[in-house]
Amino acid sequence: MTEKIKFVQGNEACVEGALYAGVDFFAGYPITPSTEIAEVLSKRLPEKGGKFIQMEDEIASMCAIIGASLTGHKVMTATSGPGFSLKQEALGYACMAEIPCVIVNVQRGGPSTGNPTHVSQGDINQARWGTHGDHSIIALTASNHQDVFAMTVDAFNLAETYRTPVVLLFDEAVGHMREKLIVPEAGEIARVDRLRTSLGKGVDYHPYLPREDGRLPMSDFGGDHRYNVTGLFHDMWGFPSNNPKVVSGLLHHLNDKIENNVHNITRYKEHFMDDAEYILISYGSSARSAIHIATNRRARGEKMGVLELQSLWPFPEAMIREKCANAKAVLVVEMNMGQVMRHVKAAVDRPENVFLVNRIDGKLITPTDIKSLLRVIQGRGV
Amino acid sequence: MSVKEYIRERYFPHMWCPGCGHGTILNSLLHAVDQLQLDKKDLVMTSGIGCSARISGYVDFHSLHTIHGRALAFATGVKLSKPELKLIVPMGDGDALAIGGNHFIHAARRNIDITAIVMNNRIYGMTGGQFSPLSGAGKKATTAPYSTIDSAFDVVKLATAAGASFVARSTAYHVLETIDILKKAINHKGFSVVEILSQCPTHYGRKNKEGNASQMLKFQKDTTAKIGSKALEKNPLLIPRGIFVDNDVPEYCQAYDEVIERAMKGRKA
Amino acid sequence: MARLKLKEHVINRDWCKGCGICVDFCPKQVLELDSKEKVIAARPEDCICCKLCELRCPDLAIEVLTDRDDKND
Repeated sequence: MTEKIKFVQGNEACVEGALYAGVDFFAGYPITPSTEIAEVLSKRLPEKGGKFIQMEDEIASMCAIIGASLTGHKVMTATSGPGFSLKQEALGYACMAEIPCVIVNVQRGGPSTGNPTHVSQGDINQARWGTHGDHSIIALTASNHQDVFAMTVDAFNLAETYRTPVVLLFDEAVGHMREKLIVPEAGEIARVDRLRTSLGKGVDYHPYLPREDGRLPMSDFGGDHRYNVTGLFHDMWGFPSNNPKVVSGLLHHLNDKIENNVHNITRYKEHFMDDAEYILISYGSSARSAIHIATNRRARGEKMGVLELQSLWPFPEAMIREKCANAKAVLVVEMNMGQVMRHVKAAVDRPENVFLVNRIDGKLITPTDIKSLLRVIQGRGV
Repeated sequence: MSVKEYIRERYFPHMWCPGCGHGTILNSLLHAVDQLQLDKKDLVMTSGIGCSARISGYVDFHSLHTIHGRALAFATGVKLSKPELKLIVPMGDGDALAIGGNHFIHAARRNIDITAIVMNNRIYGMTGGQFSPLSGAGKKATTAPYSTIDSAFDVVKLATAAGASFVARSTAYHVLETIDILKKAINHKGFSVVEILSQCPTHYGRKNKEGNASQMLKFQKDTTAKIGSKALEKNPLLIPRGIFVDNDVPEYCQAYDEVIERAMKGRKA
Repeated sequence: MARLKLKEHVINRDWCKGCGICVDFCPKQVLELDSKEKVIAARPEDCICCKLCELRCPDLAIEVLTDRDDKND
């Protein structure tokens, strides 16, 4: 099917993934380098009867998608650095009220206005801890357009499965680069749709009482069940409560439903990882340079591999520890001051063998950047 | 149906202080909804944070108690995604016009079919009595021990200038007028703003020596007058009550339906 | 129009917070606060069924039950 092959920007690949996953409501605010997502959806959504709204600010966009999710829609917003900061309070609300939604952050240099048109991966920890209070979050990422598409579909699926916001952490290089995308046929990738309660009218429905499998069936606003949604700690009806048992029970639930499912949520790719002695851990556009190096070194017989992370939160600690058990050295390749590197050090048995290859100047990490550090580690001079 | 049919009785008595005007506003709203014979299934109440915001827990509607100042942004998402629902958004004065001021003017500009109620008690009650953007100058508050120097917004003028297609004002004292206005606001197709002067005897009344709840209500009676009344003509310093704007302007969700139609046609062509 | 005739004042003592608004604004001084600061209908015979107490009550604690008095039609 030739019309399914496209030559697009990463931001457009994200749109294709969202449409494939069934997005039907988007609220956003213009910001570089994520704006194309809003632009393309403003055209594509009404074509299929969906809704697009450009809100007055980033905060309002986040709030609007939460409202639309409650009426039973699949929702998304997209932003970058400063906009992601502004969305944090409402993102915490979505965690607390357990409302499925997808937030795309096409990362640019920060802090503050920073380096709007240049690449960075500086928001990894913000995605984890940007909103206040203990909570858990799911964050996915991708290094190429086919994976941007797949991870976007996955983000919608995970949001529905765990009734939680999911963050897509792309970066400016992936977002703006153009490459081939093959849009799969409908049904080729599984879609998780909203789990709705089967309880009929007049039956006491508990919107916040998990089933045995941990999932919480929802009821659309406008449906038979009227319940309360709040950002306060709440009981199984959604009514505010400061009963210590209710408070600790809910906080445990919000964390456990994600942290106890790390193995189900973890997504990664292995490149030449069999018998690898030198392991490059990377993600997003940085992973492309890491894969380039490993490909060349393997051709020369060197045992080098790349562990490409596609889910960053919950952090895939156990998987990384296992994959790096026999490594002579682990190089974390990322465009920040070592945000993932610190977690890798905490995960592995020999943290002294973990090194950082980074760039923080708005330029992509090049194969040469990685080679320079490899020379030192491998004792081949500076 | 009686008004009790529209509340969640198990959460009463409510948490508001004795004599709080917000309770009376809830009462008026319930009467308006009851008189209109609205189906609870179609009603969504969205609120922000503060004393006012707790109202959403007490009504047996679909209720969304959100974050400070953003109730209208959440409501916009609910309404646009499911336009057949009726959205009622009560807000406090700080909630609506300080932290939520941007959302307030933009919801008005879009003319999206939402009924916004500003429960104006001129103070932040939940946090203990700080001045709000509607306190006005020369008032005492816990953050204005030497009295305020900030001017107040005129909610009616602000909403009108921002494009709200229905704008009205009443008070907690004038319950019959409030019920009548709320019925018209809810039925109005477009963004309606109803400012209802409310009393906070606990903080505002005490700080500004305005007496108990009844004395504060009497003050609402004495300092306001209906639009077009002789009293207002004689004393233009009185605060006018009534319906200031009631325009038939294209509503946002309906306009978006036309966008969908154009987009779908373009695709077929 | 049929005039309304009082059946009774139904007062929810658990909800009444004794703010006194209904007492102060009753046009016929029908209501009083008792020693526990809860409203009671002290002079129900004077009630004209205007229901302003019911409408102004911030606590939804008072309801004026009425019959239609068809004899006055």
